[in-house]
Formats: sequence, structure tokens, C-alpha cells
Amino acid sequence: MIQPAQTDLVTVFIDGKEIAVPKGTNVIEAARMVGTDVPHYCYHPKLTIAGNCRMCLIELGMPMADRATREPIMDPETGKQKINWIPRPQIACSTTVVPGMHVKTQSPMVKECREGVMEFLLINHPLDCPICDQAGECKLQEQATGYGRGYSRFIEQKNVKPKRTKLGPRVMLDDERCVLCSRCIRFCQEVAKDDVLGFVDRGSYSTLTCYPGKELENNYSLNTVDICPVGALTSTDFRFKMRVWFLKQTKSICPESSVGTNTVVWSREGAIYRITPRRNDEVNDTWMADSGRALYKEVQADNRLTPTSEFPTLIAAGASLLNDGSVAVVGSGRSSVEEQFLTAKLASKLAASTYLVGRSGAGDGLLISADRNPNTRGALLTGLITEPPANELTALAAAIDAGDVKVVLSIGEDLAAAGLSAEQLAKVEIVYLGSHANATSAAAKVTIPTLTVFEKSGSFINQQFRIQKFASAIPGLKGATDDRVVLDQLLTAVGGESAGSDLATVWRELAASAPILGDLTYAKIPAAGLLLDDSAWSQLTFPEGETLHYKPAPAEATA
Amino acid sequence: MPAPAERRIIFKHIDEEGYSNDIACYQKHGGYDVLQKAVTEKPEDIRDEVKKSGLRGRGGAGFSCGLKWSFVDRKSGKPIYLVVNADESEPGTFKDRYIIHQDPHQLIEGTMVSCFANDVKQAYIYIRGEFPEGARILERAIQEARDAGFVGKNICGTDYSCDIFVHRGAGAYICGEETGLIESLEGKRANPRIKPPYFPAVLGLYQCPTIVNNVETLCHVKHILEMGADEYLKIGTPNNTGTRIFCVSGQVQKPGYYEYACGEVTIGQLLNDVCGGPLEGRQFKAVIPGGSSAKILRFGETFTIKNKDGTEKTLAVEDIPLDFDSLAACGTMGGSGGVIVMDDSVNMVEALANINAFYSHESCGQCTPCREGSLWMKKISSRMVHGEARPEDGELMVSVANQIAGRTICAFGEACSWPTQSFVAKFGDEFKTYNEDKKSRAADSLELV
Repeated sequence: MIQPAQTDLVTVFIDGKEIAVPKGTNVIEAARMVGTDVPHYCYHPKLTIAGNCRMCLIELGMPMADRATREPIMDPETGKQKINWIPRPQIACSTTVVPGMHVKTQSPMVKECREGVMEFLLINHPLDCPICDQAGECKLQEQATGYGRGYSRFIEQKNVKPKRTKLGPRVMLDDERCVLCSRCIRFCQEVAKDDVLGFVDRGSYSTLTCYPGKELENNYSLNTVDICPVGALTSTDFRFKMRVWFLKQTKSICPESSVGTNTVVWSREGAIYRITPRRNDEVNDTWMADSGRALYKEVQADNRLTPTSEFPTLIAAGASLLNDGSVAVVGSGRSSVEEQFLTAKLASKLAASTYLVGRSGAGDGLLISADRNPNTRGALLTGLITEPPANELTALAAAIDAGDVKVVLSIGEDLAAAGLSAEQLAKVEIVYLGSHANATSAAAKVTIPTLTVFEKSGSFINQQFRIQKFASAIPGLKGATDDRVVLDQLLTAVGGESAGSDLATVWRELAASAPILGDLTYAKIPAAGLLLDDSAWSQLTFPEGETLHYKPAPAEATA
Repeated sequence: MPAPAERRIIFKHIDEEGYSNDIACYQKHGGYDVLQKAVTEKPEDIRDEVKKSGLRGRGGAGFSCGLKWSFVDRKSGKPIYLVVNADESEPGTFKDRYIIHQDPHQLIEGTMVSCFANDVKQAYIYIRGEFPEGARILERAIQEARDAGFVGKNICGTDYSCDIFVHRGAGAYICGEETGLIESLEGKRANPRIKPPYFPAVLGLYQCPTIVNNVETLCHVKHILEMGADEYLKIGTPNNTGTRIFCVSGQVQKPGYYEYACGEVTIGQLLNDVCGGPLEGRQFKAVIPGGSSAKILRFGETFTIKNKDGTEKTLAVEDIPLDFDSLAACGTMGGSGGVIVMDDSVNMVEALANINAFYSHESCGQCTPCREGSLWMKKISSRMVHGEARPEDGELMVSVANQIAGRTICAFGEACSWPTQSFVAKFGDEFKTYNEDKKSRAADSLELV
């Protein structure tokens, strides 16, 4: 594991608790380190400081010293150095720690400031929590319980603002709920680099809007919904669908590309309602692409495969085809490391040639890399391939044409899409493992329905060679079987030795086969993933360009 | 004691018969002599002279000009900018516009001298959008000065070059706040910046060290160099040096502008002797001494302030000398010098409703307390005037004001809460009985707002 860089530490005192924090830390983060929450709205750890909500006001003090001699001034009563408290409250978000700094986050003045800001934020805020999607994960609600007055002193008319503004195809705005924290504006400027949001009008009538003729339509627009501390920005997809407190959260990994964006899958009673990013400062910060959020829809897609006969029959039919010899195995960069390991094992038992379908495309420089396979590195680690794959299966096509391959086992890959012609598909017997119907499943002699990434657990290795695990969020579709089980059953059916299908068992053999995994087990993979030693593949050229937290290794100078 | 004579330095030629705003007239009266001499001196000597003079900013805060200049980061390697704050927007203030309209070269000379003193290569005059004529006059005057070699390349034949651009604001009070002004000058919404880290002296215009000075302040710089800091120090009182221009408006016989040495006249002298006292048959009720955001003073109240020697003295409003420190000691401020006078015909609830309407309209809306609080106070006071007033409304407004002051990004928080705090503190009874007062008033009385 890569050690965090050594940083200079600064000792500060938060509510009397002494703590050494890295230089440059702000007071909100420093307080977090001692377990104290400083409430805030506009501050976001991954955006620039705006300092506009004034919720994080704290008291700040510095040890007193004599101006001339710099000698500390002691308090005879306590025997400690006197603290010079600044009479005005300061915002914690834009205050960086300095040695010896004292902070009060719980004093009467701080409490009064928070109550004042809360009252101000609520006077023009609609009382529509019962129909607001943010309810249950709303900062305003949360902090109203801590710092709200409980009754209103405001008897005037509330401001009236637009209630339903369509900012873009995926984002709706309720301006009355907006607390004008400017997080969404800063996100668009600083992260999405698509400066389309701004405030018009002024004072309490300030209104968030898109620039004339523009739309919030970039592929990161839904992050504004995530970071909106209130219910002003809502997702048109999730809006009015489900109360958040009914939803189960499952940690997952976005399979969209080799970035390996960390996600949370929100589900209830076997249905997924939304996918949001999960913070990982080494991978995706707190962001994710809109396109990755829509992937859950494939779970309920009309073209999900259902079994044509009983599972043992399917396995037996598949195994009998595979036993005929001259097999080619087309593995997948979308399979988990565990599945790839089992695939490689099966291929080895069958003495089959192995292929992988590459998905090289254009990266967006942020959280979608050029390699749209989430787990190409896993295929390298498990020995399914030895170098990054091409998008088209030209070698397999040639082998089929030459008559060297009679049977093809495809792990979820559509061979037609990967460049095989209908004639070539017709020349071979196909065993297809997959979740959705396509040209290959249609041409296959045996089709075994398997699960989507949301219905199973496993791990991916992203472009940084970081192994990250995902867990099954919902039960698998009726009749579909976990890929690991299918692969293991096929392995035993062709006469191989079972490697087990539960993760712990597979991992025992997997770790033993790949020395760089050491004594790692599935359970031991940290939530933030674990960087693996990639030196064995450092001579390879990968398609990825620069993305957030990833810089490709500089190209080797060719002699 | 009768008022002393006016001491006109900045306004020496304002409204003078035959004085025009062209360069020929200015030079005939000794104009640009100071600049010609200054460019032969060392910049740091000029800065020392200004520091020594004790000049305090005339824009409102009364901060030491020399000290402000000393904060400038001169080692960053970035250019240093000077911005002239001509966004004169504080209600009751109308001094800078006279300088700009009638004596623009005085400002240009003061600006150029200050630029030279601070190694500035580019200066901007940020003039409020409502001064189109002023902007035209300044443009013409700068061109005249450029043609004469006082602005632009190789000033006065030396190798020092510095140009001035006039930038017209788009009309918002907050553009006068120095960091808001800088944002506006950069082409953005004039949202004031958070300090720290954006102190103009370090991270100002285009993230470069920047000096923002008021029009009148820069004119004073010219006169300090002309007469020397020692001579300038003799004007006014210690720590309150030089002259001040008072813009008297409201219910007095002779409103207008008057220039006096700081602390030389008292409020009573200014209003009674100089401005001719209250209107026929009226009595003074209250005065706001430094622009509408300054705390109001009620005639009849007294203040006990400490002398230098530790003794105390009791002052009536009429006895307060008009200088920064005395006004601060009496709980208000010298501010921008806008003296707003109200007599006994004014209802304080209605006057406050007017002020609250102004500040809620001008709040930029960036930070919560000011954005929500200023409009809340406006809604309360305007409901009191136009609808039903409750006896507790005054106290409620003060409580709102207390939740704003000291908790905002910029000083607008204080500007919008001080009027409410002081009006209710000093005229609390009027707020309690406003409903009855309104009903009992003559039917033909004018309604404000």
C-alpha cells in the first residue's frame, strides 16, 4: 500500500482538545479529526472556498505574547498561556490552522451564530419537506434539529421564486429551496469545466439559473444534485420515486470504465433507485459521471436472459460442447477478477486459446477513461491475456476461418459486436454466459443466464492497478446464476478441480496464483481499494490518457 | 461659540467663479507641479511622507492611508495596481462627484503621485454607473493629462510610465466595497471576497497586490506632498489630520458641502451656524453624521467620553467635534462625511423603513445573514409603515440586526444593521407606539416609501 506523503504537522486546540493536523488544513477538517462536526452548507472539501453560508462560524484565539519581547503572557490562575480570543466569530472553512491556534466550536457565541444563520435560511425556505426529495438527507433539516428555533418569528410574506426550472435533461431546480451556497456553480466551473450556472438578481431575490441559451447537460450534471445541501437540485430520474430512508446502501464500483469510480447503489426490495458516488480521494474524489448512474436500468431491461431449461441441464450441455475440443474462450474485461480467474482456469483445463474484447474509446479526462472495460488489469493479473486487448477479435476470426476453433465460450461478450461475421459465428458452436440477449446469445447453442454487476460481488482492478471490491446490491434475477457458480460448475463438469464459487475460497487459490496479491483476501480489501504493485506490466502501453488522479506513465523512448 | 471659517483645501476651487475643469485652468493654479516634483523623488520617501501625515481614508472606514500602502506586497514580482474608488454610493454623500465634475485634474494628479509612490504601472478609476457625465469628464481630463505628459508613457520626461483607465460601474452600492469593486472591475458580479485570504494588498485585482483608495483620499495625497507632512499635520487634531468635507443634507436651512479641518467644528456649529439651523418652526431631532450606515445621534442625548489625560467629559450631540475619533467614541462614525439631518417632522419608523429598503435592495445576496436579514428588516419596517405595526417589531428588528452585524463577508453587514440598532435604541418609543401615532397623524401627512 502506498504511504501518505509526509507532511508538516501543526498543533491546534479544538475545544481544548490538542491535535496535530497537516499544515494547510482548514478548521472544519481539523475539527473533523477530533470528531467534532462544524456545520456548514457552502463548504465542500473538493471545491474552492466560498465562505458565504456563514454556518461554520467559530471562535478563534491565539496564545498571547508580549509584543516587544515575544514572551508568552501567562494566566496566573491556570498557569497556562493566555489566549487572545478574536471578538468577532470567524468562518472555519477559510481559516487555515496555524501553530497554537485555539478554536471554540461549542461556545454560546458560536451556538448563537448558528441559530441566527439557521433562522435566516429558514425564513424564506418553503416548508415542503413532506414532498421534498431531499428530506432525510437534507443538511437544512439536520441542522434545524440542532440549531433551529422550533417556531418562527417571521410573519411576513416569503419570497416567491421559480419552483420548477429544468436546468438540463437530468436536473430540476426549485429556486425557493435554494440556500444560494454556490456549490453547484463552483462544481460546474471547477470540476466539470462547463460554466453554465450562475446567480441572477441580488439580495434575497438572488436566483440560480443557467446562462441564457445554455443548459446544464454535461455528463457530470448530476453531481450538482449530490452536493446540493438542500432539495433545490433534484434528479429528474430519482425525483418523487422513493424516500431515501427506505433505501439500502451498497458499496459498489462503477463498471463504466477503468477509472473504477466508487459508488453507492441505493436499493429497496430488489429494485435499484439510484447510484451516487462514494468518496475516494485517490480515485474519483466525490464525483461520478451521469452515464454511470443510469447503468442500473440494465437490471430491469427487457432483454435480460432467462434460462431455457434447468440449470444442471444447461451446465451439462455447455460442458459437453466444451469437451469437444478446439475451444476458444472469449473472456471479458467486464468480469470481476474472480470470474476472470475462474475463466482462465477453465480455459487452461480445456487447453483453450483465450481472448479478450477491448473497449478502447475516447476518455473525457475526468472520470471516464479511454478503456471502457472496468477490469482489463484483472485479466492481465489472472493471465487471461498478456497485453492490452484490441477492440476487434481479429485473431479469433482468423482461427475460426482456418478451422482451428470449433467451439467458442463467450463470457458476456457479443462476438458480433467484436468483429466476428455472421458466417464466422455460424461456423462454430457457441456457449454463451451473459445477462442480456444479443446477436451472440441468439446464435449460441447453449446460453446460461448470469447476473449484472449490481447483483453479484467481486473485485475490479482499475487503471491505477488499484483493486476495489463491489458488493451485490440486490438479489439476482430469477433463473440467472452468479457467473462464479456457472464457471465453477463448468470447470467441474469438464473434469477440472473445483476452485469453489464463494469469494473466500476462490481468493485462496487466486492469491496463491498471483504473488503480487500476497496474503490479501477479499475481506481484507479496504473500502478505498488497494494499490497493487504493477511493475510486472510496466512495459505495456495502455490506452488510457490522463483522468482525475491518474496520469499515464510517460511513453518509453523508443530506440 | 461661532463656527470657525471654512478651510478649503480639496474644495478650494469648487464652484469658484471662472474655474474650469480643463488642464489649462488647473495648471494656471499650480496644477501638476506636485507630480513634476514627485517623480524626481524616491517613491519610499513619498510613502513615508504620507504615513507621517496621518492621512486617514475618506471613503468611510477612516483607515490609515499610509498603513494601507505599507501592507502592499512589493516582493511578489506581480504588478501592483491602484484603483480609485469613485463609486460614491453611500446615501447622503456627494463630495467625490464635485471633485470629479469640477476639479478632475486634482484627482488625476493625486492618483499619479500615489501611483509613482507605490510603483504602480496601471491605475483604474472605478466610477459609479450613475455618474455618466463624471466619467466623460474624467476621460477627457485623462486625455488632456496624457497629451501633456502627466499620464501614460514617460511621465514628465522621466522613464516612469503609468496609465489610468476609467471603468464605469453598472450601478450597485456593493461595488464600493473594495473587494466587490475589484470583482466588478474583473468583469464579475460584485460579490465581496472573503478576507482572509483575499486582502487586496496581497491578492487584489487579477490576484495581484492592489491599493484601493477613495477619490478624496488621493486628492489629499497631492496636498500632503504640496505642503509637506509637517504642515499637513497642523491641520485638524492629532490622529485626525487634514480637512474633511461634510455633505449636509436633510432638514436644515442651507444644506450643501462644507470643508473644515478635522475636529474643528462641532455638530452644533455645523448645523446651526454654518447651515443656518433648522427649518422655520422646526427643531432638530436626529442626525446621522457619516452616511446612512452610520449610527444615528438623537438630539438631547449625551455622551461621556474619556479625554487623553484620563478625565471624562460629557458631551451633548451639538458638542461632538466632527472627527473620526470623537464620533467613534460617541458610538457612531465619521464615515463618508454625509451628514443627514432630520427634524421633528420626521417619523423615525418611516425614516428607518426608507433606509432598510435601500440596504435590502443593495445586499449582494452572497452571504446568508445580510441577504436574508436585510430583507427581513425591510419587510418588517415596511409592514409597520404600510400595514399593521406591532409594538414588538422594533425589538424584533434589533434582534435580526444583531444576527447580522459582525458575521458577514464584508462590512455591509454592519452597514445594514447599524441603522436599525441605533434607531430602535434611541427612538424605541416611536417603534412601540407607531400604530397609534400613524392613526392620530393628520390625514394630509405624507407617507414615506
